[in-house]
Amino acid sequence: MSEPARLDVRIATDPAEAWLVQSQIVDWLKERQYPAPDQFGVRLSLEEGLMNAIKHGNRGDLSKSVRVFCEVSDVKTYIEIHDQGIGFDPAAVPDPLAEENLEKASGRGLLLMRQFMSLVEFRDNGRLLVLEKQRSTE
Amino acid sequence: MAAAAGQRRLDIEEVGDVTVARFVDKKILDENNIQMIGNQLFGLVDQDKRKKIVLDFANVEYLSSAALGKLITMNNKVKTIGGKLRLCSIRPDIYEVFAITKLNKLFDIKDDQATALAGF
Repeated sequence: MSEPARLDVRIATDPAEAWLVQSQIVDWLKERQYPAPDQFGVRLSLEEGLMNAIKHGNRGDLSKSVRVFCEVSDVKTYIEIHDQGIGFDPAAVPDPLAEENLEKASGRGLLLMRQFMSLVEFRDNGRLLVLEKQRSTE
Repeated sequence: MAAAAGQRRLDIEEVGDVTVARFVDKKILDENNIQMIGNQLFGLVDQDKRKKIVLDFANVEYLSSAALGKLITMNNKVKTIGGKLRLCSIRPDIYEVFAITKLNKLFDIKDDQATALAGF
């Protein structure tokens, strides 16, 4: 068993900074030899969650930031992504699988996170996204 | 193609009257990259007026929902000019993304490039 790796940072409303955080976290999963599908799901969910925080939460406002907390242990990966936007109601997000939405160009991020992660929760009126991935048994 | 060579995100090959576009990147995730890919894809239809297009995903290991959005727009553009778009060589992880979002029903997806080219 290795010590959990932890990260607690505040990043700018900037996809390049989000990319660095994402890469660091996925590197920790690789070091702990998480199965490839777990790495895939966590990377994808991080991309979706971070871009939602930047684009829809902070709406690209460079005066705002995104706090990212993460802990990667041998058994699970826990992530918090907290933006400074006005919040939103996850229940009000249109179902991307509804016939009328199937050809829309956006709106699938939440669905993908829910499929690939063990837990997806919104707190603080939708500003705080909590993601958890239990390591799969191979 | 309008994009500068240094920003090329697709390898383009003509096979008969079919255009095969192979993604250069392993990760189609970050916004700038997706924007460039979208511009190059749309250029195949908007500027070059190509009607039979195969998108080859052999190199692609990661793909986000923003990339799916570009593919949907591309599919609609091709349909608008009476063309056909096929996707091929999608690895299982990525195919799962298409299946979860039901886009495997929307797109014409083939196992490999040879199958995609056959009967176009």
